[in-house]
Amino acid sequence: MKHPGMTEIVRNTARLITGFIALFGIYIAATGHLSPGGGFAGGVILAAAGVLVVLAFGRTVVTAQLTEDRCHVWDAAGALGFLAIALLGFLAGGFFINFINVLVGKDKITVSLHKLMSGGTVPLANLAILVKVGAALLGAFLALSAFRSVSSRPENKP
Amino acid sequence: MGIEYLIVVLIGLMVIGALIAIEMRDLLGSVIALGAVGFALGVIDLLLGAPDLAITQVVVEVFALVLLIRAVRTREDTSTQQPRDTLRTGIVLLAGGLLLAAVFAALVSAGHMPAFGEPILAGGANVPPGVSADYLANAAKETGAANTVMAVLLDYRAYDTLGEATVIFAAVLGTYALLRHIGRKSDRPGGAEPEEAAR
Repeated sequence: MKHPGMTEIVRNTARLITGFIALFGIYIAATGHLSPGGGFAGGVILAAAGVLVVLAFGRTVVTAQLTEDRCHVWDAAGALGFLAIALLGFLAGGFFINFINVLVGKDKITVSLHKLMSGGTVPLANLAILVKVGAALLGAFLALSAFRSVSSRPENKP
Repeated sequence: MGIEYLIVVLIGLMVIGALIAIEMRDLLGSVIALGAVGFALGVIDLLLGAPDLAITQVVVEVFALVLLIRAVRTREDTSTQQPRDTLRTGIVLLAGGLLLAAVFAALVSAGHMPAFGEPILAGGANVPPGVSADYLANAAKETGAANTVMAVLLDYRAYDTLGEATVIFAAVLGTYALLRHIGRKSDRPGGAEPEEAAR
């Protein structure tokens, strides 16, 4: 095996906490407009959860569920989603105009302040960036680990 | 007052960590010293009241540290053995810093720049008030986002964020292209190439 993973202790710990790490990444992105955090930090935490699984269980366990190509598709989807939010601003009159806030009405924006459903397109953009950054970094890590398994082959032969 | 001394201590820690990272022969040790520099920067962000930046800094630092340690650990040791002229490099860097400080002081005294440590967007003696005060006063009212940092990043300055996302996208695209290109030539044992790709 190229990447056999780590010991049973690491595997069990990773099994217990990976879900919470991923959930925390999503939480930090979803409440980015209410508390410190945001899509970028959440995406990196989400990718770090994937990296933990790769390091603990080996690469093949992850690539059975999520290949690099799939990561790239999610990466592009997040980027296009962010761009779509930008282009939908033309509904309200211009590039990156916060069209949900315009639909809600200028005087009713502060009604939902400090609630999860507030800020118009800001939480949507955070979620798009979460998907984009998480998939991009996890895909880059998977590509790097795959590359090493290819490059280490000639060294193992002699 | 106490916080400022703490920040100075942390900056000293960062300088020492950076020097260790440069001077250490062992690559793993220098990567860990680099991580200490990043974490000290994260603590400074937190002390200065920038939790958004502190979260991002710490998280990215952890990710980069994992990536670098993994890249360093399994490759053969190709660390440079020839002696380095540390004193000469230090003198050149010090002279460059003093020159930059002198240019900055000259520009400040000539009235072209705000005084040292004065935020540009807040306006000042030499600079008219910028948009910063307007953002702070109206962000919640205009965007509905309680976190003003996100209101600026994703509403007022969303175009900048789109550019930033494009940069990450292009970087990851470059990583994929580079790794595939080298991965195909797997018959050639690469010594220096994987290191290049890992960065």
